[in-house]
Amino acid sequence: MSKTVYRTCPTTGLRIDLSAQALIKANAVAAVVFLAIGGLFGLSVALTRWPAVHLLPADWFYLALTAHGLDVLLLWIIFFEIAVLYFASAILLNSRIAAPRWAWAAFALMLGGGLVTNVAVLQGQSSVMFTSYPPLMAAQHFYLGLILFAVGALIGCFVFFGTLVIARDEKTYQGSIPLVTFGALTAAIIAVFTLASGAIILIPTWLWSIGLVSNIDPLMYKLVWWAMGHSSQQINVSAHVAIWYAIAAMLFGAKPLSEKISRTAFLLYILFLQLASAHHLLVEPGLSSEWKVFNTSYAMYLAVLGSMIHGLSVPGAMEAAQRARGFNNGVFQWLRKAPWGNPAFSGMFLSLVMFGFLGGISGVVMGTEQINIMMHNTLYVPGHFHGTVVAGTTLAFMAMSYLLIPLVFQREVAFPSLAKWQPYLFGLGVAGLSLFMMGAGTLGVARRHWDITFTSAPFDFNYPPTAYLLMGLNGMAAIAAALGGLMFIVIVVKSVFFGKPVRDRITLAAPSGQPISAAVASYGSAGTLRIPGTLVLVGVFFTAFVLYYFVNWKYLSEVWPMR
Amino acid sequence: MAITSPSTRLWWNEPAHRSELIWIALAFVWGLVMFFMMIYWHATGAQNLANETYRTTPNAYYAKVERNVADWQVRELNGLPVIKPPAGADVYLLGRMWLWYPVLELERGQTYRLHLSSLDLQHGFSLQPININVQVHPGYDHVLTVTPDRSGEYTIVCNEFCGLGHHTMLGKIFVVDR
Amino acid sequence: MSEIEPAPDQEPLRIPFMQRVLDNHFLLLFLGVVVPTVLYIIWGILELVQIPVAP
Repeated sequence: MSKTVYRTCPTTGLRIDLSAQALIKANAVAAVVFLAIGGLFGLSVALTRWPAVHLLPADWFYLALTAHGLDVLLLWIIFFEIAVLYFASAILLNSRIAAPRWAWAAFALMLGGGLVTNVAVLQGQSSVMFTSYPPLMAAQHFYLGLILFAVGALIGCFVFFGTLVIARDEKTYQGSIPLVTFGALTAAIIAVFTLASGAIILIPTWLWSIGLVSNIDPLMYKLVWWAMGHSSQQINVSAHVAIWYAIAAMLFGAKPLSEKISRTAFLLYILFLQLASAHHLLVEPGLSSEWKVFNTSYAMYLAVLGSMIHGLSVPGAMEAAQRARGFNNGVFQWLRKAPWGNPAFSGMFLSLVMFGFLGGISGVVMGTEQINIMMHNTLYVPGHFHGTVVAGTTLAFMAMSYLLIPLVFQREVAFPSLAKWQPYLFGLGVAGLSLFMMGAGTLGVARRHWDITFTSAPFDFNYPPTAYLLMGLNGMAAIAAALGGLMFIVIVVKSVFFGKPVRDRITLAAPSGQPISAAVASYGSAGTLRIPGTLVLVGVFFTAFVLYYFVNWKYLSEVWPMR
Repeated sequence: MAITSPSTRLWWNEPAHRSELIWIALAFVWGLVMFFMMIYWHATGAQNLANETYRTTPNAYYAKVERNVADWQVRELNGLPVIKPPAGADVYLLGRMWLWYPVLELERGQTYRLHLSSLDLQHGFSLQPININVQVHPGYDHVLTVTPDRSGEYTIVCNEFCGLGHHTMLGKIFVVDR
Repeated sequence: MSEIEPAPDQEPLRIPFMQRVLDNHFLLLFLGVVVPTVLYIIWGILELVQIPVAP
């Protein structure tokens, strides 16, 4: 065992294990590389689905769509999440990282697996979509790469758990772990379930592709596969909620309104969030309505309760901190005076709002057992998850990157004026993607479909003209999002590899007002707190939620009667 | 702060703010409303997806489809048989790469037991323009009891990726007045 | 990191039950894996294996 080497962070005073720092850097850089590749594939998909452009031929379209899902939904997100896990454990707990060699082995497995699967897809014999539903069969190394990646990420999770144990034993923190680390713990727990499910279903599928197993039951596959496919998005939710709290703390010195309520909300995630894997099986044969209703509702919507708690306590914590610093006029001065020019804040706030309004509401509505009949496998589904995974998670991760660059990479953020606009352009594009796809989905337009004009089909059929308009707007929104994504890549690459080193203490919080230390005083007690602005925001959210929910029941009542 | 350990050792005993507690109560009740709405719709609503499912094999299912065609074919459309089953009948529809077979002609207001299965890969039964979407699996016979309540021409789009010809996979259901 | 520790001569703090649960990371890991495995995967598999053969 080599001796652990530390540096002391000039900004926070935290003791930073250099091997943890190197691991965070490696995972974050790999994440961004896959974001760039996957984003490019995504743009080509959206431009193909724009009927007037129709960029790619059919075989390339299905190949690009498979690669897009794989690279952004799995590789970008999970690499970044491993970086977040190491940050939230070793750095925030002031600890050394557990088993750095294992962590590097995990990184190598993930990278190798990701590359092998990408090669399999690019060779053209594995255009089976991200979901690879049997009996559709990919090349054997497609599955092998995914298995290696899942095993690597699982090892990464256990390095996180090991670090928690070391930090507790070596008493690098006192009392309980920070809330952000608790959110990361939630993500890691869900990740263990996710990655284990993935390995359990992909290993027999891999053996099937080699010829050692004769048959994979398509329903059984789907049941277990979605325990990975959907739960991996629940890792994202937990991770980006943790990041919301982290950014609120780093920029405003915000303290959770209530430790117990925020942690209980994460506990509801740990227990129930993964049940929503059932969202993908609501119009499947062979599963009872009891199973569907219980699982799709995360056990009576207890995990939605968790999200709604975070939806109040994250902006509430910022409002309380801003008010404590003197921005106390009216209902919204605290928000107006927020650092809108700081991409870490704007990215985080856009992520919070869009995750709630676009991804959150649509997800719960679409996940209603009967309403799903009108939405399953239409473009509504990708519309929804671009609201959660891209507007929510990706934007939050981008915002976090603007803080990791100075703190962990010790570089100044390059092109600061470009960085200022990046979250807005990307957010605008993604909001468009999400809304236009959901709109097209309500008109019935199928997802994963190369030609909605059906030119070589045996029958004539046309979707409503509005659908074509929406697909065109979707293409334009994709261009905006891709430009925003490109700006992010350029800024990150320039900062990380060619950026000006940061040696001194830096100021994270931009706006004037009292220094952070004054705001950190304990305003969390029941008597002193005032958060009227946040209450208005959640009131608007709740009204939109209720109205949209019942509107969809109205639509459903107009469909053919069936039982 | 959220990035440091709680400043109070016994943070569980800190009182919570009233507005936060009210929000939690509201969100909890709303969750119950949404949960019981699904159950309520099972009791009173007209649109609930059936769970009636049987194991089958592509060969056995195909034989049933062919018997339907032999018994009830009324005409051809673009080379495909059009069948007009009697009200209440078990109607077998199959998806295969890249065809929905056969074409159905149903009467408005009548109820049919519509069977769905696949001969090869998974397919997506997406009935347009009313937007009913059901996943279709090989080896499983899923029985929906449907009552078309408006006449017209309906198109079945495949909305699960099923290979390179996926985007040409269309079928038809005609609903005619009695 | 402003931790308020009891003075050494005081009694050890009685930590509330829920706080102890939330601080027990491996208990949470156990629950977070077992609950969805039972309610989602095992319950689901039991239903799938009981699908009858077509008459």
